[in-house]
Amino acid sequence: MTTTPSDAVDGATLAAPTSSGTTAMPDALGHFGPYGGRFVPEALIAALDELDEAYRAAMVDPEFQSELQRLLTTYTGRPSPLTDARRLSPHAGGAQILLKREDLNHTGSHKINNVLGQALLTRRMGKTRVIAETGAGQHGVATATAAALLGLDCVVYMGQEDTQRQALNVARMRLLGAEVVPVTAGSRTLKDAINEAMRDWVTNVADTHYLLGTVAGPHPFPSMVRDFHRCIGLEARQQVLALTGRLPDAVAACVGGGSNAIGIFHAFLDDAGVALHGFEAGGDGVATGRHAATITGGAPGVLHGTRSYLLQDEDGQTIESHSISAGLDYPGGGPEHAWLNDLGRAQYRPITDAEAMEAFQLLSRTEGIIPAIESAHAIAGALVVGRELGPDGVVLVNLSGRGDKDVDTAARWFGLFSESDA
Amino acid sequence: MSGSLELDDQAASAKSPPSSISMGSVRSAFDIARTQNRSLLVGYLPAGFPSIEASARAAEAMVAAGVDVVEIGLPYSDPVMDGPVIQEAVDHALRDGVRTRDVLALAGRVAATGAPTLVMTYWNPVERYSPAQFARDLAAAGGAGAITPDLIPEEAGEWVAAAQHEGLDTVFLVAPSSPDVRIRAVAAATTGFVYAASTMGVTGARTQVGTAAQGLVERVRTLTEVPIAVGLGVSTPEQAAEVAQWADGVIVGSAFVRLLLDAPSQDAGVAAVGELAAALAQAVRGARR
Repeated sequence: MTTTPSDAVDGATLAAPTSSGTTAMPDALGHFGPYGGRFVPEALIAALDELDEAYRAAMVDPEFQSELQRLLTTYTGRPSPLTDARRLSPHAGGAQILLKREDLNHTGSHKINNVLGQALLTRRMGKTRVIAETGAGQHGVATATAAALLGLDCVVYMGQEDTQRQALNVARMRLLGAEVVPVTAGSRTLKDAINEAMRDWVTNVADTHYLLGTVAGPHPFPSMVRDFHRCIGLEARQQVLALTGRLPDAVAACVGGGSNAIGIFHAFLDDAGVALHGFEAGGDGVATGRHAATITGGAPGVLHGTRSYLLQDEDGQTIESHSISAGLDYPGGGPEHAWLNDLGRAQYRPITDAEAMEAFQLLSRTEGIIPAIESAHAIAGALVVGRELGPDGVVLVNLSGRGDKDVDTAARWFGLFSESDA
Repeated sequence: MSGSLELDDQAASAKSPPSSISMGSVRSAFDIARTQNRSLLVGYLPAGFPSIEASARAAEAMVAAGVDVVEIGLPYSDPVMDGPVIQEAVDHALRDGVRTRDVLALAGRVAATGAPTLVMTYWNPVERYSPAQFARDLAAAGGAGAITPDLIPEEAGEWVAAAQHEGLDTVFLVAPSSPDVRIRAVAAATTGFVYAASTMGVTGARTQVGTAAQGLVERVRTLTEVPIAVGLGVSTPEQAAEVAQWADGVIVGSAFVRLLLDAPSQDAGVAAVGELAAALAQAVRGARR
């Protein structure tokens, strides 16, 4: 029987992982080795248990799965295509660079995969309101979109600094009917938006679901969000096999919280010959201290309900992260990435702002694809990996989002606004 | 619910504190209050706000005015359980460079008043310091134990062991949303008192104490012998008097911090804290007459 890409998104896509080894993680309390778990006020535990139960029931409920599948196909536009980036390839030592086009999803990034799943769960739990945090605005836009689609009230918390650098996405969320709350506490970025969302949740948990946007936070979020994004890797694995007749040598993705990376990595965890590369936001360079590379430049600790690598000082106080990419500008990360790093199954390296922006421009000019600055970190990393592999190498890259939201940032970076335009 | 069996094991070991309770322990404070047929007043202040010296004097003023047990808050960058008043104060303390070791020293100074003194801390600063070392240093300073608002019993094995080793109290929280099975587990890991969150929410003054609070206390009482203190939203003597009728302890925090934030000077702030503490203590002591 021949396999078509759409076969990759049938029911099996949505089932929780069942194979042995690393894919069987986490344990019943949400631990990935020493990472993960639940570090939240007791008041939230009942809601997390309710969510875990609803999620596990939904995963084996054919009706839920077919509803999610219908939305992923007819609303999101899955499966997303695989693009062979032939004009980019020479810049990667001649290696074949295959782009998994999550940028072509409705709302412009991979975030919609998880959001639709959790929004359906919200309805299933009988809750009428969703709250979310957002950095770049991608997750906020996706949440506002799903809330509009399913008739849920929606409040999005966003650091005040991010509302300024991502003004377009703020307008987009408001157009979709969401309330956007600028957060002025602390560093006024994603971490503070998460604090505020957790405060809202503990206060309004009876009717509210916290639609967390990444593979971090307390159990069951890291594994649940991962499972909603597993379709990325399952599709891509089939697509690469169909196109090249073999598995890729390497998979590359950017890592902030790590949702797009875990989504594409997971289908390859048991393929020992496939190297997994996560590219963290190196900001001005890890040595400068102004970065968001938590695995490269952080240490294990607890933040926002989970144990993972994070940027912290000697006393365990969170250190502010820095990145040109609002979506990667977070001092924590997903516990499963921490565990994959410690196991040696995935490698994590930093990409500086400058390297990411160079890749941003290169992809725009060689392939006619303007990537999200987040995803440009993965492109920059793939160029490095491609050069290491040489012309026989095949690198699969998760192009997790499109760059429309970043045009203003990029135009400033490259000096494209002249005096007379201002 | 997963994990409850493990908790029962932990319960067995946590349930046998030293039989001779030393003077100055949290439990003895509750025992004394019980013999006097009164509730006990717990006062919270964040370390280092408006300065280390002023927070020490404010805590001493609280004790002089009748606060029975003191909580010293360890300032943390991401206090998700706290409302805007406490967050503003701890942000200020962190900007001033307050360190974990300063908090431990402050707890020791306050404990020297004779009032049992607990450190209220989010988990990561303890994990970073090393739980065993934190317990050793807190005990050496004279502290009575710690309240850990984002640590649930399932994740608390290392801390419970370290605290037991040093004879420190471990105070965990229950909330109106907690099912009985979890209340049992929390109580089993708890020494000192169970911290009952009066409402679903964060710290800060409210116009009335949640109606859920009394029901929660009654439910907890059927499940454990450990004393129960109620916190979150209690700010006035009237509210304290109401809670003191049915709870073993009344916890007040943000109202004191608000006074320090609004005071024209540190001295005025310390004086205002003492006045509120006196009024609260009188209300709590008179509540069951």
